[in-house]
Amino acid sequence: MTDILTATGVTKQFGGLTAVNNLSIKIPDQSISSIIGPNGAGKTTFFNCVTGFYTPEMGAIHFRGNRIDGLRSDQVTQMGVSRTYQNIRLFSNLTAIENVMVGYEPHLKTNWLDAVFHTPRYHNDEKAAHEEAIKLIRFVGLTGLGDQIARNLPYGAQRRLEIARALASKPGLLLLDEPTAGMNPNETVEMMHFIRNLRDSFGITIMLIEHDMRLVMGISEQVTVLDFGEKIAEGTPKDIQSNPRVIEAYLGRGAATEGMAAATGKPGKPH
Amino acid sequence: MSSIQQQNTFDWKKTLQIGLIGGAVGVLIAMVGMVEEFNKRDIIAGTLTMGWTILSLTMLVTGLFAARAAASNASSVVGSIVAGTIFGAVMSILVWIVDKYNIRDILVNASPTLVKHLTFEKGIPNGLFMLIGLGAAVGGLGGVIQILPENIRRAISLGLGIAALLGLLQEIIQVSLANFEGASKAVEWMFGKGTEKGLSLAGAILVFVVVAAGNYLWTGNASKISAGFEKLPQSSRKSFRWLGYGLLFLALIYLPVVLGLYLTEVVNVTGLFILMGLGLNIVVGFAGLLDLGYVAFYAVGAYTVGVLTNLSGELTLNLGWNFWLALPIGVALAVLAGVALGVPVLNMRGDYLAIVTLGFGEIIRILALSDFLKPHIGGSQGIVNIPPPGFLDVIIKTPQTLYYLIVAGCLLALFISSRLRDSRLGRSWKALREDEDVAQAMGINLVATKLLAFATGAAFSGLSGSILAIKLGTIYPHSFALLISINVLALIIVGGMGSIPGVFVGALLLAGMPELLREFAEYRLLIYGALLVVMMQVRPEGFWPEATHKRELHAENAEPQAEGGAA
Amino acid sequence: MQSYRIKKINFTDVFMWVVGAALLLLIVVGSFLTLQEEKYTAVQWFDLAVFGLAQGSVYALIALGYTLVYGILRMINFAHSEIFMSGAFIGYFAASSMQKSGFMQENPLLGILITFFVAMTTSTVLAVLLERIAYRPLRGAPRLVPLITAIGASFFLQYVFRGLFGTHNRAYPEIEIIKGTVPISGDFQIQKIQIVVILAAALMMALLVLFVQYTKTGKAMRAVSEDKAVAALMGIDVDKIIVNTFALGAALAGAAGVLYCFMFRIVTFYMGFIPGIKAFTAAVLGGIGNPAGAMLGGLFLGIFESLGPTLFLDGLGIPAPYQLKDVIAFTMLVMVLIFRPTGILGERLSKTKA
Repeated sequence: MTDILTATGVTKQFGGLTAVNNLSIKIPDQSISSIIGPNGAGKTTFFNCVTGFYTPEMGAIHFRGNRIDGLRSDQVTQMGVSRTYQNIRLFSNLTAIENVMVGYEPHLKTNWLDAVFHTPRYHNDEKAAHEEAIKLIRFVGLTGLGDQIARNLPYGAQRRLEIARALASKPGLLLLDEPTAGMNPNETVEMMHFIRNLRDSFGITIMLIEHDMRLVMGISEQVTVLDFGEKIAEGTPKDIQSNPRVIEAYLGRGAATEGMAAATGKPGKPH
Repeated sequence: MSSIQQQNTFDWKKTLQIGLIGGAVGVLIAMVGMVEEFNKRDIIAGTLTMGWTILSLTMLVTGLFAARAAASNASSVVGSIVAGTIFGAVMSILVWIVDKYNIRDILVNASPTLVKHLTFEKGIPNGLFMLIGLGAAVGGLGGVIQILPENIRRAISLGLGIAALLGLLQEIIQVSLANFEGASKAVEWMFGKGTEKGLSLAGAILVFVVVAAGNYLWTGNASKISAGFEKLPQSSRKSFRWLGYGLLFLALIYLPVVLGLYLTEVVNVTGLFILMGLGLNIVVGFAGLLDLGYVAFYAVGAYTVGVLTNLSGELTLNLGWNFWLALPIGVALAVLAGVALGVPVLNMRGDYLAIVTLGFGEIIRILALSDFLKPHIGGSQGIVNIPPPGFLDVIIKTPQTLYYLIVAGCLLALFISSRLRDSRLGRSWKALREDEDVAQAMGINLVATKLLAFATGAAFSGLSGSILAIKLGTIYPHSFALLISINVLALIIVGGMGSIPGVFVGALLLAGMPELLREFAEYRLLIYGALLVVMMQVRPEGFWPEATHKRELHAENAEPQAEGGAA
Repeated sequence: MQSYRIKKINFTDVFMWVVGAALLLLIVVGSFLTLQEEKYTAVQWFDLAVFGLAQGSVYALIALGYTLVYGILRMINFAHSEIFMSGAFIGYFAASSMQKSGFMQENPLLGILITFFVAMTTSTVLAVLLERIAYRPLRGAPRLVPLITAIGASFFLQYVFRGLFGTHNRAYPEIEIIKGTVPISGDFQIQKIQIVVILAAALMMALLVLFVQYTKTGKAMRAVSEDKAVAALMGIDVDKIIVNTFALGAALAGAAGVLYCFMFRIVTFYMGFIPGIKAFTAAVLGGIGNPAGAMLGGLFLGIFESLGPTLFLDGLGIPAPYQLKDVIAFTMLVMVLIFRPTGILGERLSKTKA
């Protein structure tokens, strides 16, 4: 199985602060993998490097064999990478369907002239974008809410809308940044099934940043643990659970010396 | 606050505060000279002048606010009367000071004439008592209006507003209706006789009653009518729409005939602003890029046509080209300028973008004015002898002929704007305005999107400028000051940022009205400035808002994002 | 693993680099030609430089107002130029009435101080009112809204002053003790008024630095600029600090108004516009949010603008180069914002991208 994404030696610095330090990760194609770690470990920064929001100071990122570090975020999206955000960033004042239609951008070809003269290309594009948007809205379970203003949707619906928007570009790799933040256990389980379904039905590779260990351990095939910007462990969920360095990073030295302690089910998220 | 608490307490402090602030505003209005200047025009012939209307309006609003601050109906009215009285008192103090002391060196409007106006020519102290009395009465009226139920309040406000509006526009209406035989009797009855301006008293009362009653009855039934309309099948709705367009089209064609020379000229000036407004509406309204140097493209269009077509022989280029050849070049150069301005500011946001574009506009103006470029574009003397173009057999020189050219331009811009708004590009602009970084992450090419916004906006402005050149026959750099950019910005904001119909509303109010009401000319920018400030506070989405903007600007009123709760 | 960066060079970057290089070339060649011609004497250059320093000092004072408010509210107080004008305007009434009554001639020092006091009080009151009425209600609004309010307020104030006080030009009275020049050596001399301006500005700037660094309010101001929410949590009354910031910036602008009018004499309702933009340029040049930067930027802009037309435009054969003085300032603004948006001294406050 080939790797859809490979990061080698990625380092991102902000002034004196090194947010990501010499990080190398391989993501197998069509896998579901997670990146975990305490807050401030550099997870979202790494996502930002992948999507082109940041340019790493050192290292390289390859997507499907092509170098993507240093590209602009719209270029990266055009190549097939899509994402959601930790603090939902929908286009708040547009309707749900408009949000998803914007996501369809990489597949649109209409230009200024097409728009003014309503050429066949314009009609085809509008129709395709609209249909795809409706389809995705149904897919994420927001049927009937298409004309609602994004800002007015309930929290859970907004999360799902954001995913629909990310899917509109038909990505090969989907980055989900804390998709279950603020969700109750039932919703989390739903999300678990949903993510698995995404991969199974569409063959999308999924990378998660998550704090909910239930979800992480439940669906990840590969878990990478970051602390202070560095990879401190990587492997299957089982490997990670019993890794003393991981436990130490989350719970402090004391807990590590107590021996094996599963992160799953422990009350309270690591801070 | 519990109603029990409120019943018996009267918020003296708040009422005093409101009265004083109102009075201060009144003083400001008087000292700036608006009272004297506006008193030259009657709203109701022989009875109510525009100056007093403004002052009374201020008193009314003061009373309204005072009433709002109170809890019970009784204390509302009392409070509003008190506030109005304080208003009157403050103004009386002003009048007394102006009468007693000569401060004309400092405050130029502190003249005996002002005293005469403000004391109803009855002098001190009788006039002052009347002033205070007026304040109490009108303030109280404001309070009464405030406590009335919503629909009655709206009906009355609308009635008063429309009556005032008709009084203001008396001249146009009389001129327009002069062409229709049957109307002359009605006109004579409703409006002032001879040289008197404004409505007649009977006319004013009639208008008020008709509008107020009409509005009151309408609001009850409006929803029924629009629901009925929605129920019609798509095809007949479409035919209604086309019928509407057809009527509008006919009206447009016949307008110059109806309006006559002077008013057509006013429409032309408004039209040029509409054209520019449609362009800036794309840049600021759709894409959210605050361009304060917009007048630069206007200048480029005008100067290009001027340079290419002029026959003065004083400039280096003495080509005397045909306007129809120069026009597309003018627009093309404006587009180039738009791109040239857009490229440097691609990475700038908000405030910085505004200042830099303002700088650009100023650079263009200074260069146009300079001796450095004088041999080519005329310097401070400008370009003269720009010949009017011909079209088929007609020479486009009169307001009527220019009208058709300008309307054509506006319709073109309108068409292009609407088409773009409902397309991929329009959505990209909206996304850009909402969240630039995320828009880019969605695959939108920001460079192209932004530059297209600048280019399209510049094109419309350049078109407007090109037409200006042949309209005036001469162009001076003084016509391209920052004030024009601000004027256009103000009108799209007042109309509603990003709203295409809003551009028309804004242009009518801020470009058309000042042409009609010459008294306003002195205070034009004062009013625009105040309007911008006030509108941003109370109605930032404008008078005919675009749906998205209205939501965006009232975010505080949006429902909270409750988990699991439906919208 | 070390590897090369893919730097996508796009058309727009190239365009800007070409423009920047062309301007630089213009400056260098123009200067070379001018100096080669030896058209101007050392005394003339000196005069221009001193004039630039004086004007730059005024810009610096105004720039501080922009930068302080931007640091706290992240908005450009577009109406700050009118705050400057208001101080100059009302200061004029004080000065001229003292002149008429003879007070100014008898107690020039006191007269000048009173003028400053009146001007600074006016500008401060106006700024505080502006903040309270126009800006405070809009704290949470989307960016465009306060900006448009500020633009509206700017024009409103200009035209209110026009309406109240009329359109005829008024001139500050000539005050004896600051008239004339002070010789330095040989032909070199400085105008007394320029000395006053430079020293007064320097004094006020020094006081400001001390204030911001060492007083409780000053420290609170810095805290609020760094992080409003956290400052509030630390018990700082954010609203009060904001008002104080406006007041401080306004006081400086009012003083700048008086100094400006000492130099240029004429007072009109639109006198704030151009110096306002230049001062803003200076603030950005030095690094917006950074008071030291504002001062530095002001001085630099003043000198550059004064020497510029003569130095590099003249050599290129441009007639009446002083007409393009403002173009130099605006061009500098654009170039700085493109190539070094954080300014010379860099933005003290990190401007994180979203």
